[in-house]
Amino acid sequence: MKETLSSTLENKNSKLDILKVRADFPLIAKNKVIYLDNAATTQKPKTVIQALTNFYENSNANIHRGVYRLSEEATEAYESIRKKVARFVGAQNGASSIVFTRNATEAVNLVAYAWGEKFINAGDEIILTEMEHHSNIVPWQLLTQRKKAKVKYVPYDPGTGKPQWEALSSLMTERTKLVAFTHVSNSLGTINPVQEVIRSIRKLGSPKILIDGAQGVPHLPAHVDDWGCDFLVFSAHKMLGPTGIGVLWAKKEILEAMEPFLGGGDMIKEVSLETARWNDVPWKFEAGTPNVADVIAFGPAIDYLEKIGLAAIGRHEQELTRYALGRLEQTPGITLYGTKTAEERCGVVSFNIQGVHPHDSGTLLARENIAVRVGHHCNMPLMKKLGIMGTTRASFYLYNTLEEVDALIRAIPKIQKIFS
Amino acid sequence: MGEEDLYRDIILDHFKNPRNKGAVADPDIKVTGANPFCGDEIEITLKIQNNRAETLGINAQGCAISQASTSMMSEALQGKQLNEIKDAIAFFRDQMLSQQTKDWPPQMEDLESLEGVKQYPVRVKCALLAWNTLAEGIKEFQAQGNQKVAARHVEGEQ
Ligand SMILES: Cc1ncc(COP(=O)(O)O)c(C=O)c1O
Repeated sequence: MKETLSSTLENKNSKLDILKVRADFPLIAKNKVIYLDNAATTQKPKTVIQALTNFYENSNANIHRGVYRLSEEATEAYESIRKKVARFVGAQNGASSIVFTRNATEAVNLVAYAWGEKFINAGDEIILTEMEHHSNIVPWQLLTQRKKAKVKYVPYDPGTGKPQWEALSSLMTERTKLVAFTHVSNSLGTINPVQEVIRSIRKLGSPKILIDGAQGVPHLPAHVDDWGCDFLVFSAHKMLGPTGIGVLWAKKEILEAMEPFLGGGDMIKEVSLETARWNDVPWKFEAGTPNVADVIAFGPAIDYLEKIGLAAIGRHEQELTRYALGRLEQTPGITLYGTKTAEERCGVVSFNIQGVHPHDSGTLLARENIAVRVGHHCNMPLMKKLGIMGTTRASFYLYNTLEEVDALIRAIPKIQKIFS
Repeated sequence: MGEEDLYRDIILDHFKNPRNKGAVADPDIKVTGANPFCGDEIEITLKIQNNRAETLGINAQGCAISQASTSMMSEALQGKQLNEIKDAIAFFRDQMLSQQTKDWPPQMEDLESLEGVKQYPVRVKCALLAWNTLAEGIKEFQAQGNQKVAARHVEGEQ
C-alpha cells in the first residue's frame, strides 16, 4: 500500500522524488512525527542547517564594518542573498529594494511606522480583508488609532471561501491610501488572485498596495514587478529557511521616501551630536548588526526550492490537498471550511469534527504523532465570521505524502469514538 | 500515566453531562472567564450566605478539558465556605502546575483524572480556566466588602 501510493505520486510528478526529498530533511527523515503544520513553520533541509554551522565555524564576522578579509566575505555572502531573494520574488535589479527584518510581522510593522507615520493622515482609510492574519490587521489598527484614520474590510464569503472582491468598488474612496491583503489565507488556504485584484484596485484609485506573502511566497511564484504592487512581506521560516528572518520588498522610490524605522548603527552615513544623515536604501532600514548567519542560511533554502521548482511543489501540494479534501468529504461528521476545490487553495485543509472542540482533536491527533494546528490560527475575526472557535488545520509541503494524509484520516473515527 | 488517561470516561462524562448547569437567580457573584487561545467561555454565578457558596451555577462552552474541569469544580465546591474554596483553588492550581502531585482529598477525587493534562502544557490553561475565573470573582466580592459583584477573567496568550 505504502509503495503504491507514493509511486503514483512520483509517476504523475516525475520531477518530485518524494523519498529523496524526505531524506534531505533530517527531522522528516527520522519519521518520528507526521508533520502537517507547514503553514506555521516548515522543516529545514540539511543544506540550510549546514550553512548555519558552516558560517559560525568558518566565516563568522560582523558585516559592513571590518576591513579584514573575513568581514568582507561575510558582507559579500549577506548581500548576495539580497540578490537571490529579489530574483525569487520577481524583482529585476531589485536587491536594493529588499530589507531584512525579523519576520513578516516586523516587515508589516516597518511599513506601518516608516511609511504610515509619514503618509497616513486623519480621515484616511486603509482597506484589508476579513481573512487577514493578525499581523496584517493589528499594525494597521495601531496606526489608524494614532492617526485618527480608519480601517475597512473586504468581507469574507463563507459560501465561496473567498473575499468578496466586488465590494472593493464601494469600499474604495479617494481617502483610501493603502490596500493590504494576503496572497494565501493561512487558516483556509484560499488563493487570492493577486494580479486581478491589483488591476481592479488600480482602476478604482491609486492607493499603495501591500501583499502579505507569508503563505504565498513559499508555494506560488511571486512576480512583484509584473504584479505592480508596492510592498511584499514574507518570512524565511515558512519556506525552508531559518527562523529570525523576514523580508520586506518595496518599490525603491517608496523606500527612499519613507522615514527610518529604527535608529542606530549601519542605517546612517554620518552622525553629529545633533543630527544624522540616513544611509541609502535598503541599509537605512537595517539598524544595528543584522541576523547575518540566518540571512546567509536563507540562501540554500531558496536554492532548494528552485532546484525542485515551485511548479513541481505546487503540483505535489495540489495532489495532497485534492486527496485530503476527497477523503474528508467521504468521512461522516466532518465540517469543511474554505473553497470547494483544491485548485483554489494552497496546500491547506481546515475542518472540524462535529461535536469535538478543535483543541481536543489536536491533542488526540498529537497522541497519534500527527502534528496539526488547532484553534483560531491568528484569524480571530475570520473565525468569528464563520461562527466557530477555531478549526483543525492540516497544511502540506513538498515532503508530505499521501500516506500521511491517510494517517490523519484514519485517526478521525478514533476521535469520534471517544466522543460518541 | 498513559495518554489515553486524558480522555477518560470520567472527563467525558462531566463534558457530556455538566453538573450545576445554568445560572442562579440574583447572584452575589457573577463572573465570566475566557481563554481566547481556545475560544472557551464560561460564566459562574454564586449565591453567598454567611460566607458559604449556597448555590452555584455554571454556563460553559469550550473544549472537553475546560468543560469537565468546570463541572468537577462546581461539584467539589458547592456548599463550601469561601475560605475553603480559596484553599481548594490554590490546591488545584498547585496540582496542575507543579511536577509533584499530592494526594487528592476525597471531595476532589474526580479531579485527579485531569492530571493527564500535564503532558500537554498548553492545555493546562483549559483545566485552570474555571478555577482562575472563580478566584477572580471571590477576590472582587471580598474587595467590595461582600457586595454583589460582576467580574471578568481573561487568560493571557502563552
Ligand atoms: C498569512 C500570514 N501573514 C503573516 C504571518 C506572520 O508571520 P511571522 O509570524 O513569521 O511574522 C503569518 C504567520 O503565521 C501568516 O500565515
